[in-house]
Amino acid sequence: MPENTDKAVAPVVDNVLEVDDLCVSFFTEEGEVKAVNGVSFEVGRGRCMAIVGESGSGKSVTAYSIMRLIQSPGKIVGGKIRVFPHGQPVIDVAQLRDKDPLLYHVRGGLVSMIFQEPMTALSPVHTVGNQICEAILLHREVTPAEAKNQAVQMLTRVGIPNPEARMRQYPYEFSGGMRQRVVIAMALVCKPVLLIADEPTTALDVTIQAQILTLIRELQQELGTSVLFITHDIGVVAQIADDVAVMYRGRIVERGTVRQVIKKPLHPYTKGLLGAIPGLAAPGTRLPTIESVLAGRDISRPMPLLTAPDGRLVALSDTEIQEQFTPAIP
Amino acid sequence: MISANSNSSPTASGNLLDVHDLCKYFPIFSKGLVPKRIGEIRAVDNISFSVRKGETLGIVGESGSGKTTAARSILRALTPTSGQVWFDSDLFGRIDLSQLSEKALKPLRREMQMVFQDPFSSLNPRMTVGDIVGEPLVIHGMGSRAERRDLVASMLEKVGMKAIHMQRYPHAFSGGQRQRIGIARALIMRPKLIVADEAVSALDVSVQAQVINLLQDLQDEFGVTYLFVAHDLSVVRHICDRVAVMYLGKVVEFGPTEAIFSNPRHPYTKALLSAIPQPDPDVPLRPEAMGEIGDLNRFAGMDMTPVFHPE
Ligand SMILES: Nc1ncnc2c1ncn2[C@@H]1O[C@H](COP(=O)(O)OP(=O)(O)OP(=O)(O)O)[C@@H](O)[C@H]1O
Ligand SMILES: Nc1ncnc2c1ncn2[C@@H]1O[C@H](COP(=O)(O)OP(=O)(O)OP(=O)(O)O)[C@@H](O)[C@H]1O
Ligand SMILES: [Mg+2]
Ligand SMILES: [Mg+2]
Repeated sequence: MPENTDKAVAPVVDNVLEVDDLCVSFFTEEGEVKAVNGVSFEVGRGRCMAIVGESGSGKSVTAYSIMRLIQSPGKIVGGKIRVFPHGQPVIDVAQLRDKDPLLYHVRGGLVSMIFQEPMTALSPVHTVGNQICEAILLHREVTPAEAKNQAVQMLTRVGIPNPEARMRQYPYEFSGGMRQRVVIAMALVCKPVLLIADEPTTALDVTIQAQILTLIRELQQELGTSVLFITHDIGVVAQIADDVAVMYRGRIVERGTVRQVIKKPLHPYTKGLLGAIPGLAAPGTRLPTIESVLAGRDISRPMPLLTAPDGRLVALSDTEIQEQFTPAIP
Repeated sequence: MISANSNSSPTASGNLLDVHDLCKYFPIFSKGLVPKRIGEIRAVDNISFSVRKGETLGIVGESGSGKTTAARSILRALTPTSGQVWFDSDLFGRIDLSQLSEKALKPLRREMQMVFQDPFSSLNPRMTVGDIVGEPLVIHGMGSRAERRDLVASMLEKVGMKAIHMQRYPHAFSGGQRQRIGIARALIMRPKLIVADEAVSALDVSVQAQVINLLQDLQDEFGVTYLFVAHDLSVVRHICDRVAVMYLGKVVEFGPTEAIFSNPRHPYTKALLSAIPQPDPDVPLRPEAMGEIGDLNRFAGMDMTPVFHPE
């Protein structure tokens, strides 16, 4: 796998995506559920931004918002989602009407998404081959024979043995991880400007996961694709991401380069997340949970993001940040 | 113990489950208007192992190697092509589940529950979460309506969700929340055996820690036995007593967890352990350890004989 480059924040701003103060709510009988509450981040061209965070913190809802796939009773209640296609005018996805042709342009080529649960993206009644070919035909001007060719090639690249025969099968005849790889193949054949990958490797063993991560890296180098990578696997983040945002209850609590966030987490939630990796605990013992790591400290009160001395953003007070950057007195 | 010799007594004591020569084949059909059966996929090809009472047995392996098919065949969500699955039931004593009818299985299902790999397709979208989690209680006629409600509420809280979530439908939850709904449903019957297929794969490490601690508490308190299928090797190392490694439908390595992790001997196990990504951007993956996936010859020339570690 290619080396992670850990460039400091680029001086020339060339972003593919800028999300600014995004708010998404679900209006339910229980009241307004603020699933995403003032989230801002950007994804640089050719870079990979990882979002990690608590289960239920709004990662998938953020991704769905970028594709404008939030459905009633959910609604984007505020903020901007700007996509910057190369050499074309910027598109604010949040402002587009439901039937705006630009929206199809965004979904159908500029941005493609690997869904967290493969069956949301697959039809149970069509063969896998037909579904991948359809995706290709929708986005590229090729003959059906050529589409089939490309589909077989992509299935090979995601590690499906015997792809010709597998094309004729239905999703239920695939294992969980094979379905996930079909969805990855469908997202990659479109050669998007921005790839959103929502937990793309949870159903894969680590050897195939490594291959998929390499494939995404190759695509980034070949085509300059940017990636928004949602995962809870810190090992995967360390391998693939340039930048990391940590989400907790609908907000970002820490954002910086992968080395900043993983090697020296500042926010207590980030520290808790890194501390709870089971590999680090003795077998058979109780695992540290967020509660045990936080030890009674309350982080539920939202705090504004401030810039730390090393340039990252973190939701802590100035004094709390300073404390962590003052060298300990020997 | 792994029973390499399948004629070992099916009544071996101390085991909750004895799986003997289990096979599950799926037919492959030809193209065309009148499809003909032209072959079969040997998803599970002659596997044998035992699960001791109160232990956690991990199953790891390549994606597509037959882990889900094996788990489903054991709990009889599928009917095996051949082989036996001996289960030590409280109600019926030792009994072979492999060819029982659905009717005969029903009372046994109280004692064994499954957490399915794909929470999206395994939760009924038209039922509220309260009904989904409480359904096993209804099926087996347990508790009054109010008692069931309380049980469901407390179970949801144990997996880190809230009682008010009972009224919502599955689509109104995140991936990890749906996964926890499946876990709550399996735990509510307090079964003797839980087969968990990628049950914590969508959870962030902190919620995952909470669920794993819960599973271990239940084991300590009630002696629950787990068959734990998972890709996350750090979780497997943490909670499993023994591990079976599957590759292309077969068990290729079996033994105590520490023996497998510290001294992997089968080429696939070695490749697997070398591909774990470290949570450190300065420790890159070693690509040479992986070989091309999908390339069935990637282990060509290597000794592929199954390895059974001594206890
Ligand atoms: N239709 C809905 N009605 C009410 N609440 C909803 C609905 N859809 C999502 N939510 C809530 O929005 C929150 C954010 O969900 P989201 O799917 O973005 O979480 P996530 O960060 O992706 O979590 P996971 O890691 O578990 O996938 C959750 O708390 C969820 O319960
Ligand atoms: N209903 C079915 N019909 C035909 N083939 C099937 C069926 N179910 C599974 N298979 C095939 O059996 C093999 C094993 O699948 P299984 O789901 O057991 O794998 P797995 O080890 O659980 O993989 P994963 O880690 O990806 O979930 C695969 O080749 C799959 O395509
Ligand atoms: Mg999600
Ligand atoms: Mg599976």
